[in-house]
Parts: sequence; C-alpha cells; structure tokens
Amino acid sequence: MRRYLTFLWECMRISFVGDWRYHLWMTILTIIALIGLYAYCEQLVYGLVTTGMTDQVSWGMYIANFTYLVGLAAAAAMLVIPVYVYRNMHLYDVVIFGELLAVAVIIMCLLFVTVDLGRPDRFLHLFQRFNFPLSMLTWDVIALNGYLLLNVHICGYLIYTAYCERRPSPLFYVPFVFIAIIWAVTIHTVTAFLYVGLGGRPFWNSAIIAPRFLASAFAAGPSFIILTLQIVRRVTTHHVSDEALLTLRRIVQVAMVINIFLLGCELFTEFYTDSAHVASARYLYLGLHGHAALVPWIWTAIVFDGLATVLLIVPASRGLPLLNAACVLAIFGIWIEKGMGLIVPAFVPTPLGEIVEYQPTIRETLICFGIWAFGLLLYTIFVRISVPVLSGQLTYRKRFGQPAD
Amino acid sequence: MAPTSEHEPLGPPDEQRSPALTRRGFLSKGAATIAGVSAVAAALSPLRNLDPADRPTLEKLLQKHYKEMTPEDKQRVLERIARQVEARYHVRPDVQDPPPLKGVEFVYALNISRCIGCRKCVYACVKENNPSRAPEIQYIRVLQMEKGSIDVEGSNHHYDPPQVPEHDSFYMPVQCHQCSKPPCVKVCPVEATWQEPDGITVIDYDWCIGCRYCEAACPYWARRFNFAEPQVPAEELNPDMAYLSNRPRTKGVMEKCTYCLHRVRRGRMPACVEVCPTGSRKFGNVLDPDSEVSYILREKRVYILKQDIGTLPRFFYYFDERGSRYHEPIAPVGPGGRT
Repeated sequence: MRRYLTFLWECMRISFVGDWRYHLWMTILTIIALIGLYAYCEQLVYGLVTTGMTDQVSWGMYIANFTYLVGLAAAAAMLVIPVYVYRNMHLYDVVIFGELLAVAVIIMCLLFVTVDLGRPDRFLHLFQRFNFPLSMLTWDVIALNGYLLLNVHICGYLIYTAYCERRPSPLFYVPFVFIAIIWAVTIHTVTAFLYVGLGGRPFWNSAIIAPRFLASAFAAGPSFIILTLQIVRRVTTHHVSDEALLTLRRIVQVAMVINIFLLGCELFTEFYTDSAHVASARYLYLGLHGHAALVPWIWTAIVFDGLATVLLIVPASRGLPLLNAACVLAIFGIWIEKGMGLIVPAFVPTPLGEIVEYQPTIRETLICFGIWAFGLLLYTIFVRISVPVLSGQLTYRKRFGQPAD
Repeated sequence: MAPTSEHEPLGPPDEQRSPALTRRGFLSKGAATIAGVSAVAAALSPLRNLDPADRPTLEKLLQKHYKEMTPEDKQRVLERIARQVEARYHVRPDVQDPPPLKGVEFVYALNISRCIGCRKCVYACVKENNPSRAPEIQYIRVLQMEKGSIDVEGSNHHYDPPQVPEHDSFYMPVQCHQCSKPPCVKVCPVEATWQEPDGITVIDYDWCIGCRYCEAACPYWARRFNFAEPQVPAEELNPDMAYLSNRPRTKGVMEKCTYCLHRVRRGRMPACVEVCPTGSRKFGNVLDPDSEVSYILREKRVYILKQDIGTLPRFFYYFDERGSRYHEPIAPVGPGGRT
C-alpha cells in the first residue's frame, strides 16, 4: 500500500520534471486548457446561448468532437489485436501507448459530453434514475466508462509492476485486454446507435452509419498513433521499430479503403434514389436552397480522405514522410467527416423543413480547444511517466535503494 | 513530450544538492505554484457572476424525481416553487399538481380546411405557459403550404403578409403530438420525461440534465431548450401554474407543449383551442365515444403527419367534406402578441 502511494506520488512528481522543451509544451497546453476553462465558466453563467447551437441545430461542435474522439479511442484495439491475437511482436513494445491514448481520449469524450449538458450540476441524476436499457445514451455511459476503467486498469497494472520490477501476471491483465478489444468495438457501435436509432432524422437513420463509424475509427486512431510513436521515438529513449509503424500503416490502409467504399455506398443510396430523405445529404454535399455552410468542409474532407487513401496504397508510403502526410490527411479528413459532417447535417433541415445553419461561436471553439489541450496534456503526462518506468530507469528500488519485495 | 534520460534527475531529489540550488529551486517552484494557482483562479473568475438562484443547494440536490415524491415531498416542493416565483416576479402564484383524470385520454384534432394561419394560437400559448420571451420560445409553429401538397420541406415558417389567409395557401400548425410511442421519452437517459396516464408527455424541469437528446429524437420538432435564463415580464406571468406544465423554467432544461395540463385536467380547454377564431382546433377525451374528437376520428377524413415514423401521435389533422373556409380574411398576430 505504501509503495503504491509512493508510486502515485512519483508519477505526480515526474510529470513536472523535464527539459525546457517539455516545460514549454506543457505550459502552452495548460494555458490553452485554462482559457477553455474560462470560456466554460462563462457558459455555466450565461447558459448554452454562448454557443452557436439553437433549437433547430441542437447539437454542434461538442457532440461532433465527442463522436470523432470515440473513434480515436479505437487506436488501442488496433494495436492490441495484432499483438495479442496475431502475435505480431513488432507492436509489442508500443501497445501501451495505444492504451494510454485510449485513456486520455475517453476522458476528453466525457468532458465533451459534460460541456454539452445544460445542467451539469444534475449529472448525479444518472445514478438515481438510469433509463437503461431503453436510452442509448445510458448504453454509451456504460460503454465509455467501462472502456476507460479497462484501459486504466491495464496500463496502471503494467506500469506499476514495472515500477516494482515484478513480472506482470498474465491473469491480472490478459483477460482484460481481450475484453477491451470487444469493448472497443462496442463503444463505436453504441455511439453510432445513439444517432442511428432516431426515426425522425433520416440522415442518421441508416444501418451503414455504424460500420462506417468503425472503418473511419480504425483509420483515424492508428494514424494518430503512427504520428505519436514517432514523436515518442524522437524525444525519449523508448524503442519504436519501423516495422511497428509499417504494421499500423497496413491497418490504416485497409480501414481507409473500406471507409471510402462505405462512403460511396451511402452517396449512391442517397443521391440515386433522390427521395425526400436526401435533403440533409444534399445540404451537406451540395447545399440546400442557397445554404451551403458545410459544403467546403465536406469536400475538403473527401479530398483529404481520397488523397490519404491513394498515398497509403502506393508503395512509396512505406517511407515515413509520405506515410506521415497520409496520416495527417486521414486524421483531418475523418475529423471533418465524422464530426461536423455527421452531426450537423442531420439537423438541417429540421423535421419541419426549416433551414437554420449552425455557426460555432468563439467561446464554444475555445472550450473545444481547451479540452483538446487538456487531453494532450494528460497523454503527455502518461507517456512521460510510462517511458522511464517501463524501461526500468525509474523503479522503487532505484529510487529508495530497497528491494521491492 | 518527455525528455531523454540525460535530463532526468533519477537520483535522490533536492536534499542532497547544494543549498543554493535548493533555495533557487524552492523559489522558482514557489513562483510557478503561485502563477499556476492564480491562473486557475483567473480561469474560474466568471463564476462570480453566477446567479445566486443557480447555485447548487442541498434542497435542490436532495429533491427526488417527481415519481418518487411522497405527497408531503410534493407539498414542500410546490411551496418552494411558489416562494421562488414570488421572490423573482413579486407575484404570488398558485402552484398545483393536478393528477391525471381516470378514464381520460386526451386527443387533439385540427381542421386544416379551416385554419387561416392567424397565429393567435401561438401567442395564446405563450401567454398561458410562461415560456421565455427572450430568447423567444414558442410551442406552436404554423407552416404555410401551397395547395397541392402536404410537404413540410416546402413550407414557409416565416410568412408575414398583411392579411391571412393568402390565396392558394393552406396552414398547418404543428405542436407536440403527444405520441403514444414517444421517441423523446425512450431516449431520455435520466427519465426526466415520461408519458402520463392521460396521454400527455411531460417533463420534470427539476430533473432534466439538458442533454437535448429528446430534441434530436423528436420527429415533430416540438421540444424547446432554454439556452439562456428565460425572461418573462412579471406583469405577463400567468400565476395559475402546475408542476408538470407552465411553472417557470430555468436555463439549461427542456420544455414543451403539455396540452395545457393545468387547464385540461380541471375541465378547461387548452389555451390554443379557446383562442382559435375559426374553430379549427378540437380537443377532448378519446375514450368518451360522445366527445367531439371521437366523432371526428370516426367520421372525418383524418391525416396523421409523418405516420410512417410510427410514433402513433395523439394529434390528428382532418379535412372538411366540402373544402371550404368560412372565415373572412383578418390581420395575423404580430410578434408582440397584438391583434
């Protein structure tokens, strides 16, 4: 017990230790996060009127970012599956970075949902009258918090045993790793079902949303990990092999191709049928009655997705510069497509045919940046702690000169 | 990102170093701590402007869900609401909780052949139900449509001619359809909204967490959210209130049409029915075979908006046999509620 408290204290301490680059990076993130907190306090005082949301478009940037980030949390599963299911050992050393990313990202998801609430002071009502299993939102609460706990346990256990210089006992984490794989699929499915199950919103009411969601998640998540691992490799002593990155490249490659294919299926169904239900899709891709706020965004996303897919298919992307470019394109493309492109059009036009466009406000944007900064801050701290501990540089024995029995 | 191991002070910490370094380290750490704490304080500073009524209190925290309240709890809560309304508006309200009547299921029927689109119902509803005037919340939306189709997508929400009805147009007022299979109730994560035995879907404004999932789920765009603290002029406040309908709301919660629950459970008609100059609006108990609505559902040509979604609304549109509009043209109601 005492050793565990020492471990937690040690984690706290070490997250403040680093060279000037580390301090600069952390300071910048902290400042952005605090600006976001300031904007959120204003929102608490004045209400959600500080956002661009209206009764017509009642969900905006917060839910869009939430949706995208649920996808990003899939990164963990995409690292875990090759290692634990297919015994691909290239990724063995880096799998923990995926799990840590999942922890940070799920915390961001929960923050994005919280800032979207009109009465966050009443969140305890969830524990008192939980509308399970009827409301998909309650499923999502379980899915996200469960995934968070699973990954916190797996990462915490592995890092702590390394700190104590013990071999981790497979019994204590391998079963959880396998549960987490299935759970990673459920968080996307359940989050997609949140939208899919609404009969009054034809744009969402389509079975393809969940599979598309998974495909884009399995592209964006590992893309993010590819970039992160290179940063870890550059600024720490942790070993990340090129093979690990190339294994991830193949995952992103396949996921991107599937994503593009499913997008094509959706576009065909909407536009070839050309029924009354196409209004939202028309608004998104072509504009509706002169309203076209999302059109430049979605075409940017499609160009980015397309370019990324082409880059990933050509053999030249086995080289890192091109691979990185493809990953950046995929991350941004999917952010637009799975965020604003999925949420906002469902509200335009309204079920009564009114067209009101959504324009995020500065305060709303600052809150989003704040949460992103906070998430990156958390992830940096996680990496900062895990690298020296897992490499055996920072252990209980080395620190206090006693054997950790 | 994390630095390389060369920079990492893995040895025992400060106490073994030179005293000067420790002092310097102490000072810079202290300065960093002060800077950090003041930055957090600055970030939290907008909270000073929080309305005292918005602060979480023990009383609010302990308030139970409507369905779990004992009669004594309910009495206390109604008392508190009356107190709060009086403090804010200087009007003593009569806050009640009229129960649903046995053997009653309310149904609404609206004659599209007769409606002239004057929007008197919209403003009578606002006057009755105490929704926010700024930002403006209205439960009824009247759609102007061209003769020849019933397609909400081509409808005009913001028609503003000097006189209604306009030639070649018809009008379709839409409000909460009080569905028998309400998607809004299904999706609410905290059961803050439910269907009462008389068919009215209500919201416990003290329980709603403001996630707006119900607003996304509603196929009739019938739900409204309080994006800001609702503003109702004290002289316009309707003091005849019920817990589940027109008592004042706070910011951050949903609200909707309740068929004027506080009136209809006491044998009165909803405000929109009462005000309609053309008699297009009919309301009553569908379980009573002699009621006007029962007659309409039995005998008239009835249309259900978005029937394909299958939410089984308790709101029906109907047509006269001889397509006719008996009313002379009149001036529509303006935004101030004036005729």
